[in-house]
Amino acid sequence: MAKQKTPSAPARTKKERDAATEKKIVTLATDVAKRSLAGHEPTVRVPTRTKSNTLWNKKKGILQMGPAAQERGLFNLSQAKSFMQTMLHSSSIKDLIAAEKTLSLRGMFYKGLHTVAGTKEKTFADQDESDGILEDLEVSLAALREELHIFAKKAGTMVGNITIIDSGDEIDCRRMGSGGYAIPSIVEPDVIKFKKCDAKFVLHVEKNTVWSRFNEDRFWEKHNCILTEGGGQPPRGVRRLLRRLNEELGLPVYCLLDCDPWGHYIYSVIKQGSISLAFESERLAIPDVKYLGIRASDYRTCGLSDDVQIALNDTDIKRAKEIAAYPWFQGHKGWQREIDGMLNNGFKMEVESLITKDISYVTETYVPQRLKAKDWLD
Amino acid sequence: MAAKEAVAVAEPKKKSATPKVDAESMATRQRDISVSEFFAKNRHLLGFDNPRKAMLTTIKEAVDNSLDACEEAGILPEIAVIIEDLEPTRPASAKSSRYRVTVVDNGPGIVRKQVENIFGRLLYGSKFHRLKMSRGQQGIGISAAGMYGLITTGRPMAIFTKPKAGQPTHHIELAMNTKTNRAEVTFDKEVKDFPPDRLRKLSAGTRALAEQSGFLTATEFPTGTSVSIELDGKYQRGRGSVDEFLELTAIANPHARIVFVPPTRVTEDDEPDVLTAAEASAAAVAKVTTETNGVIVFPRGVHELPRETKEIQPHPKGIELGILLQMLKDYEATEKGGTLFKFLQDCFCRVSASTASGMCEAIGLTSRTKVADVGPPQAEKLFKVFQESKLAPPPTDCLAPIGVRQLLAGMLKGVRAEFYAASSREADVYRGRPFQIEAAIAFGGELPGDETARVIRFANRVPLLFQQSACSSFKAVSETGWKNYNLSQPRGGIPVGPLVIMIHMASVWVPFTSESKEAIADYDEIRKEMKLALMECGRKLGTYLRKRQRMRREGLRRDVFERYIGEIAKAVHAIMGADPKAIYDALLEQANARTAVADQVLDEDGKVIKDEEPSGPDDDGVLIVHDAIAPAVAQLSSTPFAPLDFGNSNKKQASQAGATAKGATRQPRGTGDAPSRSKGKSKPDAAASPKRTAKQAPESAARAELRARAAKAASRKPGGGKPSNDGPRLF
Repeated sequence: MAKQKTPSAPARTKKERDAATEKKIVTLATDVAKRSLAGHEPTVRVPTRTKSNTLWNKKKGILQMGPAAQERGLFNLSQAKSFMQTMLHSSSIKDLIAAEKTLSLRGMFYKGLHTVAGTKEKTFADQDESDGILEDLEVSLAALREELHIFAKKAGTMVGNITIIDSGDEIDCRRMGSGGYAIPSIVEPDVIKFKKCDAKFVLHVEKNTVWSRFNEDRFWEKHNCILTEGGGQPPRGVRRLLRRLNEELGLPVYCLLDCDPWGHYIYSVIKQGSISLAFESERLAIPDVKYLGIRASDYRTCGLSDDVQIALNDTDIKRAKEIAAYPWFQGHKGWQREIDGMLNNGFKMEVESLITKDISYVTETYVPQRLKAKDWLD
Repeated sequence: MAAKEAVAVAEPKKKSATPKVDAESMATRQRDISVSEFFAKNRHLLGFDNPRKAMLTTIKEAVDNSLDACEEAGILPEIAVIIEDLEPTRPASAKSSRYRVTVVDNGPGIVRKQVENIFGRLLYGSKFHRLKMSRGQQGIGISAAGMYGLITTGRPMAIFTKPKAGQPTHHIELAMNTKTNRAEVTFDKEVKDFPPDRLRKLSAGTRALAEQSGFLTATEFPTGTSVSIELDGKYQRGRGSVDEFLELTAIANPHARIVFVPPTRVTEDDEPDVLTAAEASAAAVAKVTTETNGVIVFPRGVHELPRETKEIQPHPKGIELGILLQMLKDYEATEKGGTLFKFLQDCFCRVSASTASGMCEAIGLTSRTKVADVGPPQAEKLFKVFQESKLAPPPTDCLAPIGVRQLLAGMLKGVRAEFYAASSREADVYRGRPFQIEAAIAFGGELPGDETARVIRFANRVPLLFQQSACSSFKAVSETGWKNYNLSQPRGGIPVGPLVIMIHMASVWVPFTSESKEAIADYDEIRKEMKLALMECGRKLGTYLRKRQRMRREGLRRDVFERYIGEIAKAVHAIMGADPKAIYDALLEQANARTAVADQVLDEDGKVIKDEEPSGPDDDGVLIVHDAIAPAVAQLSSTPFAPLDFGNSNKKQASQAGATAKGATRQPRGTGDAPSRSKGKSKPDAAASPKRTAKQAPESAARAELRARAAKAASRKPGGGKPSNDGPRLF
């Protein structure tokens, strides 16, 4: 079955959203102009995206952004340039909205890039500078990235018993061959609609290599699920899609991640949200996501060989202790045991280590057993 | 009996081939050593170590005497220093040559009967026994110079002196008998020729200057003295030269006019037309140091003599026991039956009637006790009381410091720097003698940055050119922590950097380490005061450097702000259509206001002379030539800024004008930018460029004018220096 054209996404809501975003930008610029003409220092209020300004909402089980904000002023030597850059990007976004187009982060970097008049200085030294400004703009305008007409590069794959409509094109995720459906960075309902879903749960794996193993073994078909991967820490598009699958379709989400501090952190981000995107946690976090493995105890229970051990280095140990101290892990006995277990082992294990047992051990034995035994951490 | 025996014993000795030496025979050879004999043998003690230094010392002693005499008589000094080369045909390789050194002054002259004593005896003078600030002290100098001349050339010294206007001049020639320390007059005649006409006709330079009444004019010399000494010497410029001495003397004595005629090999038949009358006339009236046809004129900068200094009595804490005993004896001799009470008040300063009676009581005597009745035990008690009593320090009206303004003027004249600071300490006391330390520093500008600082030293306005490292001032400089003032300083050494340090000690008795008066002895009190004065200057420099740094920083900050303002104005315009120019101007105005420090000192057409504020004598003593800062600033500002062009050149100019009108003149800062602009790709800025190029020229007329103006500003004050644009001749 090929893609099928369907009527375009509801234009009205998109227009409304654009109008709202544009209004926010104009308000920002008007404020700058007013303050300038009145002889005051023009400033932009940027909520602080730091750990200290990230609050743990125990009730909701997510990370939320605190009230702290920084006034970014022109007449502060360390902020002058970023203030200028903020105004440049605001102007670019207004252009994008007017033209009804979207740009990648890199595209935005080039859109704002030119030489400051009368100098040899470029407006942006590199894309990192530009990305940081855009993240600041998201929080200060309280607008989502897609509302700013910006998308990140695609870094996530999906396959499974679900049919979706992406920008009017119907996509049957059962027929995605070996590559799978690339999850876009903007997965809001006006871009992606769920048309038909038979799957009973979502299995999210850390890396594309592991995902390929599952896809080749048609795991999703056998177990009637959706299979996703996020290329390490999942980008927003993937997280938002998981959240929508979880929230709108009521599918439980299981994660299969490496047994190392990084894997634990990925789980934490999917579950609670991240510090840098705390303002989006409400839209991204999946508080009831489950951690299926790899568990520290698997080395013993699965009878893995010594060869799969990767020794923990100092950074790992430090990171593990940091994660153990996160408020949402601190009171969680299971997770304390898990992290202690890893530290006691003194080594980490990747999902691929299960291949030492058998090529399809992970798809045929490990995951099905765990699911059946409901052996997971949450 | 004893004498007979002695003769008897002595007799056989004469006959013996190897005479036995005993006390008696030794006694026959034991005799007085004349002071002149001593110094003839030890002439290095007086500064006659080598031919070059001998020449300098001779001139120094004569000039010191002349200045002292003039000041004491209340005459503005007019001094001519002439060196004639008497062997112009000698081979160039000769180590020394015979010169005739003549110093003429318009002082009060010398009465006939004193001439032999003054010029022909060592340790004869008016200045040794009194406590009063003067250049000469011991009464050695000029007679020693004459003695040196006599020893090396066999020629007596020639003196012309005219003690009374309209009266004849004494022309006397003196040869010192070193054995007797007495002068022998070899020529004595009354003449009418003063100043000696011969001197005016020495060279084209002197002739031309004399024709313009600028050299040894009879009207300027109604009285006066001329001393000529022929000596074996060497004339060579550079460090420790006659030129340096005179230049430094001119700096410390701006009230004196000094004409210096250095030796030329051509003395007789030089071309008469090398100097036009106009040039000579200009030189005669010039306000700046000029050199015309070999004749150097250090003009008079101020027309007031230094403060008249008073002679003071010794301070009780400044004498020693032996001296006290001697004073008691002397008093008894002159004032028969005088009381101790009276003696204390008469012979000491700062002893009032009540302190005197208090002291008498303290040693168990009454105020009626006669001096004759004070025995050695009481004198010793009295001495102790002196040390313990609380007495006011000696009066300071015996001192005539140069003064902060004149120090600054002098430094400005001689040193091409960007920053000058001076400080004048309060008078202090060492060994009961009042003294006062003054210091000045010059920093930056054209001074070499990688050499150790130059220390120039003065004692009672006399430059000290030798034995720097033996001098207390040198130790004070090395002990001062210059690192605190952002200068580099090797451990225990002289700081390194574009720095000239000047120290002046004024005292009724400057403790020199030797008779040649080259270094100040290292008394703790003196060194402490020197350090405090230096620290005062250093603090000013440190403040200045920090301020300059801040200025630069603010300048850079403004650059940053200004750079982005255009972008912001454009973006805001694109978003909500506000007038970009209005926003640009508003933000630029804010930027300038916020970085106002960058303009602070630049507003006053390139310079600020802070001591112009009428804040009295103890102002902050700082002088800044901002014009000299430009090169340093240019190194820092690397990004040239041009205001944003909104596509309308009128707008641009208007916006710039707006910024300028705000008092935030961008022009001076532009000076700093200029070199980097021309190095890189220069942005044409039509309105500003002519001004900039004018300032860019390293030794431009504008700069010279600035300097002259600054000098004038300083010299306007009482006792200011004289401006000079002939550059750093000595520094």
